[in-house]
Amino acid sequence: MTSDTIADRPNAQPLKPDATQEQPVSLPDSLLVDGWSLYYGEQQALNSISLAIPQKQATAFIGPSGCGKSTLLRCFNRMNDLIDNVSVSGRITLEGQDIYAKDVDVAQLRRRVGMVFQRPNPFPKTIYENVAYGLRLAGRIPKTELDDRVEWALKSAALWEEVRDRLKESALGLSGGQQQRLVIARAVAVQPAVLLLDEPASALDPISTLKIEELIHQLKSEYTIVIVTHNMQQAARVSDYTAFLYLGELVEFDRTDDVFTNPKKPQTEDYITGRYG
Amino acid sequence: MNPHISEQYDAELDETRNLLMEMGGQVEKLLRDAIDALVTQDSALAEEVRRGDKKVNRLEVEIDEHCVNIIARRQPAASDLRTLISVMKASTDLERIGDEAGRIAKMAKVLADMEYPSDQYNDFRTLANMTHDLLTRSLDAFARLDADGALAVIAADETIDDTYDQILRNRSSAMRQDPGTVERAMSVIWAARSLERIGDHAKNLGEHVVYLVRGQDVRHSPKQSSVS
Repeated sequence: MTSDTIADRPNAQPLKPDATQEQPVSLPDSLLVDGWSLYYGEQQALNSISLAIPQKQATAFIGPSGCGKSTLLRCFNRMNDLIDNVSVSGRITLEGQDIYAKDVDVAQLRRRVGMVFQRPNPFPKTIYENVAYGLRLAGRIPKTELDDRVEWALKSAALWEEVRDRLKESALGLSGGQQQRLVIARAVAVQPAVLLLDEPASALDPISTLKIEELIHQLKSEYTIVIVTHNMQQAARVSDYTAFLYLGELVEFDRTDDVFTNPKKPQTEDYITGRYG
Repeated sequence: MNPHISEQYDAELDETRNLLMEMGGQVEKLLRDAIDALVTQDSALAEEVRRGDKKVNRLEVEIDEHCVNIIARRQPAASDLRTLISVMKASTDLERIGDEAGRIAKMAKVLADMEYPSDQYNDFRTLANMTHDLLTRSLDAFARLDADGALAVIAADETIDDTYDQILRNRSSAMRQDPGTVERAMSVIWAARSLERIGDHAKNLGEHVVYLVRGQDVRHSPKQSSVS
């Protein structure tokens, strides 16, 4: 793959019927996926997927259950390494670096590519310790600096005002929505390049969901966001780009505005309008 | 296109399209009657047109309510969203066409009190037939989701504008030659002006069809007929 920006790729070009409208902005890529396939044993789960995820934008993966969207997401921080019998081919680069190269430190990769799951998974420790944990792993930090970093991360996750007086209390006493934002604070504390969100709001009530969505909107000024969601309206609300996957193939990848008003492929149309495919 | 998993959703969208087609049929009849009332100087028919406009207005409100409810409850996307947006815009254009038909009927009532003219309103008849035909074609394009037919409607509106300009020039020159014709000529010009506006609304309907079918906004583009 020689291309460097998403605007160079024909399938990501926004449709502009009127030549007087503004030209697409050329965005640098964060993650570049090239001919990527993944097998669970004999069974192929991803089939030669190529796409360029732009930096500091929110990209949503949508598609029916089993389409491979979570599998693809987990390739970006090599979570699939933990599963037996998985084999992969193709290439994924993060800011130009091959993340499957032999000399890659996977622990280091996972600090650069943070991940948040469907169920909030705070450690059974204090709120403060949850955020400080990853920072301590990275090396010794003076207490005052650690305090500052914890506060900054909690502010980034829009949680500071709610927990500033109870930092020493157990994280397990927080509500589900607060726990999820704490997990996001833990992820951003180590200042990753990319945040992977796997159904981050599907276990939350509507208000907590909106808070997470608002947070995604704020976080993308600093981080590349990739979100997997079953909720198509959520994808429409939070993402700049949307990829539709079906049966392990990338069917369509385009600006979210275009995907939700005028998708190019009939399978995308059927899925987002709720039709039988 | 495949049906929705929710049959009820299909039924709701069908109902909305059917209401628009019903409104289109009503408006077509209003225009035909308004034209007939003018060229036959039939005051009673003109009065009927003015009453019929109210039904069209009611349909516009009903269509808007249907569309707003579907948007609120279903969060439509892609072709479903484009259908609803196009139907709402089309109903506004149809309502305006109804208003213009009412204005033609008003002129018909004024003219009905005059002696029948020797030219039998030939210039007006020509423009009226072209306009009515364009409206019919735009509604057919909507019903059949025919983007090419809609593009042809958009292109044809120019002929209506030219024909209207010709009526304006001829009637103005006749008024200068014979000031006695001023009252009749002014009424015909006003009615022709309404036809010209109806042509513009039919063109808008064509643009809504292109948006619905292809997702392309062809408004205000210089070469609409070449958009594919």
